[in-house]
Amino acid sequence: MTSQDNMPMTRAEKKQARRIRRFDNPWINPKLIWGAALLLGIVAIGIIGRFVWNLDLVFTGSAPLKLPPIGFENLRGQPGVLDHPLGTDGGGRDMLSLIIIGAPNTLFVGLLASLIGMSIGIFLGFSAGFMGGRTDDVIRVGADVMITIPPLLILVVFQSAFGDVSLTMMALLIAGFVWQSPTRLIRAQVLSMKQSGYVQMAQLSGASTSHIMFREMLPNLVPYLFGSFIASVTTSIVTAVGLEVLGLGPQRIPTLGRTIYEAINAGALIQNLWWWWGIPTLLLGIIFIGLLLINLGLDEVSNPRLRKLS
Amino acid sequence: MGRIPRDYLINRLVTLVLTILIAATIIWIIPRLSPVDPAEIALGRMAAGAGSVANSEEILAQLRANMGIDQPLIVQYFKYISGALVFDFGLSTAAFPTPVSTLILNALPWTLGLMILSLLITFVIGNLLGALMVWDRSPKLVRVAIPAAMVFTSIPPILSGLLLMWIFAAKLQWFPLTGAYSIFVEPGWSWSFVQSVLHHGFLPALSIVVVTFGFWALGMRGLMIGVQGEDYVKLAEAKGLRPRYILYRYMIRNAILPQITAFALKIGLLIAGQVLVERIFAYNGMGKLLYDAILNQDFPVIQGVSYVIILITALSVFLVDLLYPFIDPRIRHEAA
Repeated sequence: MTSQDNMPMTRAEKKQARRIRRFDNPWINPKLIWGAALLLGIVAIGIIGRFVWNLDLVFTGSAPLKLPPIGFENLRGQPGVLDHPLGTDGGGRDMLSLIIIGAPNTLFVGLLASLIGMSIGIFLGFSAGFMGGRTDDVIRVGADVMITIPPLLILVVFQSAFGDVSLTMMALLIAGFVWQSPTRLIRAQVLSMKQSGYVQMAQLSGASTSHIMFREMLPNLVPYLFGSFIASVTTSIVTAVGLEVLGLGPQRIPTLGRTIYEAINAGALIQNLWWWWGIPTLLLGIIFIGLLLINLGLDEVSNPRLRKLS
Repeated sequence: MGRIPRDYLINRLVTLVLTILIAATIIWIIPRLSPVDPAEIALGRMAAGAGSVANSEEILAQLRANMGIDQPLIVQYFKYISGALVFDFGLSTAAFPTPVSTLILNALPWTLGLMILSLLITFVIGNLLGALMVWDRSPKLVRVAIPAAMVFTSIPPILSGLLLMWIFAAKLQWFPLTGAYSIFVEPGWSWSFVQSVLHHGFLPALSIVVVTFGFWALGMRGLMIGVQGEDYVKLAEAKGLRPRYILYRYMIRNAILPQITAFALKIGLLIAGQVLVERIFAYNGMGKLLYDAILNQDFPVIQGVSYVIILITALSVFLVDLLYPFIDPRIRHEAA
């Protein structure tokens, strides 16, 4: 053994050694884990809450008005009570039950819209990149055109024309606006992959188009697809919350955005009812930060150079 | 057009025209698919004002004729499209008989002003911070603090707006809660009016700035890493130029250019976010106009506002695409 082994390892070296010990699995990185934990926390609130909390309190007038969270006092000098640990809103609804129902709803819209949008994007991106020619032209121009149209404004027109929409309907509508970026991304990747050796090898060996698409190319796209998926979840939730804050979106189902809308309209800011708008805002903040962390973590998965930097 | 190849220009122009046409068409089709009859809404508004309305059938027919919805769909469509080209969206139903274009013209300067101001601030701050994150002479605090602040960039401006509004307007009362200028000031080119506008605009602008600067900073960080190792930077260092001079004139100058294209992709989201900020601050721009129109079911205004905002977005993207080779001579347009 030489003297090198006796030298104390620097921090970077130790980190490197730890990384090698767990087989350098890029999927296990702190950003990804923290991000996923934040989102799972929101889901957990929704699931556990349904079992331990009385959800009838979500109806208007089922609780005293404008009670503060425990440990605080509202302007009328009422203290928070244990029956409503997060306080109540101006319509007499329990904030905790609003969150238990509302927060998962927000995630649901984001996930459903992006799942549909991604599926469209994968299909169109592969078709454009693979077939080329006319198909490619149409899809490329279509994606270019749609990418500049802000979804919020089209959906504002839609929802004000149709009035109340269901949560699923809103997700479907948003899905119509989150397929463009994945389409462009996948098309570009497919075009460059088509030139790579293993795809040409598969083509030469007579593999079918669908085999090349889904067995040879798709697995290599997984980190990109995940990243693109998370980005469209963010866009979808931003759009959904935007609609809800404008008073559109589902009218009878509690969502975080609608709670904020009602709070602003009731003048909660001036009346110092901070828990009414603050708690939904905080939860939305957690959702967005969770999504950002996951996205940064996924960047490290797909771009190994970034791993050295952090 | 000098350096811009014709194919590229035609390609961009087609995309621009298609974008506007498709957006205008979608906006037109949607209300026609809806079971809601605008004439009945108008009648309902009358009835609400007058208590009861006699001869409602005749009034409905007349209203339909006024709104032009008794004509064949194809005629309606071409009338609408040719109107939209000259920004004629008909009359507002809630603020009858004000033309929609007048309402939009009154709101537009506020929106554009707020947008340009906050964009300039974020662009400068974001890019500077992004550059400092990479620069090897920046203080350690900067390199640790900025990535931490980056967490906020995932948050839409409406949430930061609420928070800032509560802290600085409701609690500390340093800034007014809502509006674009004080109701006690006569609008005009007086110092007190300008002061009032700046005072009112500060919080809306800040709420956009705090959540968007990170987008630029992140992009700049990536670009600076690329520029850092370039030969011309090493040469400048070897020549003994001042580090600050190298940072500004050699590194940032070269790294900043692709950021301008990033702007083109982001502008749609920025405008949509700003519309919401205007709504919560009741700022006199397009956002408030849109929100009031939604409340009043004022369809011509909703259509007009959506159309104009989409138009602004599409035009900005088009301009950025065209101007880019003039800003960055390294880029040659290729006919895509």
